[in-house]
Amino acid sequence: MERRRLHLVLTLALIVVLFLALWWADTHLGEFPLRVARTGAIYVVAAVAYNLVNGVTGQFSLGPNGFMALGGYTTALLILPLQQKQFVWFLEPLMWPFNSFSFPGYLFGLAVLLGGVVGAIGALLVGIPSFRLRGDYLAIATFGFGEIIFVLANNLIRLTNGPLGMKGIPEYANVYWCFGAAVLATLVVSNIANSSYGRAMKAIRDDEIAAEAMGVNVFRTKMLAFVTSGFFGGVAGGLLVSLITTISPTLFTFGMTFNLLIIIVLGGLGSITGSVVTGLGFAVVSELLRVVEAPIDIGSLHIPGVPGMRMVVFSILLVLLMIFYRRGLFGQFELSWDWVLSVLRVTRGVREWKRERKTESS
Amino acid sequence: MTLETFIQQLMNGISLGSLYALIAIGYTMVYGILRLINFAHSDIFMVGAYFAFFLVAIFRLPWGVSAILAIVLTALVGIIVDRAAYRPVRNAPRISALMTAVGVSFFLENLGLVTVGARPKAFQRPDIMARVIKIGPAAVSGVSIWVPILSLALLALLLFIVYRTKVGMAMRSVSTDIETTRLMGVDVDRVISYTFAIGSALAAAGGIMWACKYPQINPLMGIYPGWKAFTAAVVGGIGNITGAMLGGFLIGLVEIMTVALLPGLSGYRDGIIFTLLLVFLLLRPTGILGEPLKEKV
Repeated sequence: MERRRLHLVLTLALIVVLFLALWWADTHLGEFPLRVARTGAIYVVAAVAYNLVNGVTGQFSLGPNGFMALGGYTTALLILPLQQKQFVWFLEPLMWPFNSFSFPGYLFGLAVLLGGVVGAIGALLVGIPSFRLRGDYLAIATFGFGEIIFVLANNLIRLTNGPLGMKGIPEYANVYWCFGAAVLATLVVSNIANSSYGRAMKAIRDDEIAAEAMGVNVFRTKMLAFVTSGFFGGVAGGLLVSLITTISPTLFTFGMTFNLLIIIVLGGLGSITGSVVTGLGFAVVSELLRVVEAPIDIGSLHIPGVPGMRMVVFSILLVLLMIFYRRGLFGQFELSWDWVLSVLRVTRGVREWKRERKTESS
Repeated sequence: MTLETFIQQLMNGISLGSLYALIAIGYTMVYGILRLINFAHSDIFMVGAYFAFFLVAIFRLPWGVSAILAIVLTALVGIIVDRAAYRPVRNAPRISALMTAVGVSFFLENLGLVTVGARPKAFQRPDIMARVIKIGPAAVSGVSIWVPILSLALLALLLFIVYRTKVGMAMRSVSTDIETTRLMGVDVDRVISYTFAIGSALAAAGGIMWACKYPQINPLMGIYPGWKAFTAAVVGGIGNITGAMLGGFLIGLVEIMTVALLPGLSGYRDGIIFTLLLVFLLLRPTGILGEPLKEKV
């Protein structure tokens, strides 16, 4: 118990330090680095939740783009100002009840939360048919679900404004919201992963039949992981549309899922630490990799820029990772206070030992 | 609906369904042997159409020659994909193989976008496909007649290979029990290569005929046909070749007939197929012809 309280205090202290750092960043850094950081934090929210399904529970889902779309549309409909709503739906009117209200800025948190709830309901609907079966049906069903959402978003003009989407969504998602959600998602997911439910999930990943024989309720455990990931997927979608202030069906295509897949594989399937690190890193690297798409001049040799080259690089990276480096950067390693403290203790021990040896020799 | 439009739509549905059947075979064969959803299969389909396009448009080869050459080249691409990407992860956890397949699929799509560009290209189809033929009162395009005939010929050839040749026997054996087959002295990796070659060749044939039917090709053209064909494979019973054919025709007819009978839903046609997939997963996951799932402990 003593150790647990120490860990709690340390975690809270770390969060305070993080937010002080964010406050400094918010006041001192420019618009562009902050934007990359916020994107990274949103990636963390989505990737950590996605990893709970794919890495910790070992079920192959291709669904995060669908859940993010659900959350994104929900949040956008809730926070888009009334005047803007009239302006956006100029062909056909927006359906009731969304045409009669709009959340003010201080209710942004609630709007994002509701986006998460809608994402979770979506996950529930896909999870029930697909988890009744073993095997790869989840991948198929989640992909189909993402496509159904895409088709609906394109056709339900009175709800989504079709292919045109919405613009002028208020930019409430500042660094505090984005990183707050990232911290929350990381804490919730890592607590689930370390609980008895999490151990049941890992048991299912390693051997589903053995887990079932040991009394794990396979269906319920998978559903827990999946609905949690649907919730945070929805939250990430809501934050994303408020960050970029527009939404359209093409924002949440399969490419989004692909990015998240790269993040969790590179970080290490099942390692939440890995997803956090690579989620933040991915936002930075994909900005840096714009170099690949820009024209390059080497002496007299001119290589014209090739748009889309980034995705080629990423897809080769995914295949190579799967073949040669399946454990990813972190494997299944988790950064924990126990680990940090033991490292500190070891280094202190080594230092003392060196000092003793020095005094002995002199 | 008049009789003419009904016949037209029926022919349209059958020709679309036969294309889905051709693609679905590749999914179901690979799944039957490796338990792998070959996500890249839909892009192999696209590659086949592009090979035919380039052979006709750039090398100016006669139509029949370039179609056959394109099918052979695509079969080679299928073998290369298996060797380079899938064989190294064959003994890895299943989820790694699936992720590799997603990676290969994305690679082929984006390589296509980078090399040939996103702009759709007009596909030169042979005259025989473009000609309009009269059946009773209905005028039907040549594509709707020739595509089912050619597809049925290819499907018959496939059934002959699978059930009447030694390679086919090896394939069926590998799909039943891979380890025992290995012990019987069968070169399993070679059989798997043959499977990829046959599946890819059929996908290429499907891709070329698709391009004749909808004469515009682009690097992302494979995604929707591929997933609908996969739905067909699931509906027919994944791993079952006859089931995949049946499922293909069913999906094609459902897709065309919903749009024909309820034009108001035409925007939702892709959604309807995926909803059908979810319904099948819920009510009859083994598909129409699939055997009940057996657990191997």
